[in-house]
Amino acid sequence: MRNQLKNVVRVTGIGALAFLANLGPAFGAEADGALLYDMYCVQCHGTQGNGKGINASHINVQPRSHIDKGEMSARSDAELFKVIAEGGPAINKSVLMPAWRHNLNESEIEALVAHLRKLCCEN
Amino acid sequence: MNVTNLASIASALVAAAALVTAAPPHAFADVESILQSQCASCHALQAPANNIAKNERLSRMAPPLHFAGNKYNRDWLVSWLSNPSPIHPAGYYPQRHIINTGDGDTLDTDVRFAHPTLSTEEADAVATALMLLKSKSALIEADTYQSGTVAMRMGVMDFRRFKGCDACHQDSTTSGGLSGPLLYNAAQRLQAAYLSSFILNPVAWDPNTVMPVLEMNEPAVHKLVHYLLMLEE
Ligand code: HEC
Ligand code: HEC
Ligand code: HEC
Repeated sequence: MRNQLKNVVRVTGIGALAFLANLGPAFGAEADGALLYDMYCVQCHGTQGNGKGINASHINVQPRSHIDKGEMSARSDAELFKVIAEGGPAINKSVLMPAWRHNLNESEIEALVAHLRKLCCEN
Repeated sequence: MNVTNLASIASALVAAAALVTAAPPHAFADVESILQSQCASCHALQAPANNIAKNERLSRMAPPLHFAGNKYNRDWLVSWLSNPSPIHPAGYYPQRHIINTGDGDTLDTDVRFAHPTLSTEEADAVATALMLLKSKSALIEADTYQSGTVAMRMGVMDFRRFKGCDACHQDSTTSGGLSGPLLYNAAQRLQAAYLSSFILNPVAWDPNTVMPVLEMNEPAVHKLVHYLLMLEE
């Protein structure tokens, strides 16, 4: 399985995206969110959203696990939007969670919030 | 002296003259054809449209070179092109090389760094051509960086603890994250004004950059640039 996965990663060249896409048949409205998550967030939060990305061991604060249903359910959509747009300090969290409002427009951040809901609570 | 000899001398002279006069344009044509045939398939040599789609980044193979003249130190370019080595420790788009272990991500160590290598002469000529590519010059002109120093201990704290740059960048061979280009050789590789301008606003340089804007004022940026320029490789 691991080797198979490795091959998928090689062949598609966008392994993480293909992996996420394979998880669910619905790849319409959420597609955008999955793509953006792969592009910007996976480096720290990990391909599975479990907080264990390739940078995680170099960050003093563990990136939030986005598949932790308990923690993620405690946040409103508005709070999630705020922390993605303005960074950790906007909700009294670490500066090591950067602000993304300059890289992403509002509808892109909304797509990410929807994708986070899918990651945490639709498995 | 017979006619055949005369003819061969004449043709040799013509050939020699052709070589001499052809040399400079010939060399230039070579550089252009090297860039187009050996580099353009992976590197953007022209600035893209402003409204470029987000997913462009997924298929982009390599760093854009259309502002090379505003970014690199020429000496570094020449030596790197003739002896290339990794700059992005996890590859230009790390997500291509990630293996999901089921308990966190690691990098596929089977992926080996490979880049076309140029001879010293080619590297020199190509570097000259690349230094002429200067899109985004307005950003350099707007930059206010002036050289200066910072206490090394403060620089380290700033880069690693306060600004969190080391989440994605290495400022030594043994410290820092993997998704961004390594920065411990930034002084050799990059122009000071580029460092300052890029750190202040990476999105202005590349709308599809995956580096966040860290929302710092100029003095804070300049301190980080002092630090990076003081690092020895
Ligand atoms: C440089 C690494 C890094 C990147 C890149 C990053 N994050 Fe984070 N993120 C963190 C860290 C570290 C935390 C934990 C902060 C804390 O607990 O104080 C975090 C926390 C969060 C939280 C949780 C806030 C909470 O506690 O409820 C959300 C939501 C989040 N990130 C979303 C994102 C999204 C979406 C992206 C991509 C656009 C992203 N992050 C990219 C490092 C990162
Ligand atoms: C097969 C794709 C490919 C081709 C062809 C290619 N490059 Fe590259 N190049 C890359 C990648 C990928 C990187 C990033 C390597 C890294 O960061 O570790 C890179 C890096 C570079 C860099 C350094 C970029 C930086 O930001 O510091 C320069 C300069 C460069 N290439 C010039 C050239 C030139 C000149 C040619 C043609 C002779 C060329 N490349 C051909 C893929 C390619
Ligand atoms: C979330 C990861 C991340 C963080 C945090 C981050 N960077 Fe970056 N940085 C990158 C990436 C990735 C690039 C390469 C540009 C790209 O691929 O879009 C980059 C590019 C750069 C460059 C230009 C180098 C080049 O080759 O063009 C500099 C300089 C730089 N970063 C400095 C910093 C500094 C200083 C900080 C802290 C204030 C910082 N970065 C924080 C990811 C990050």
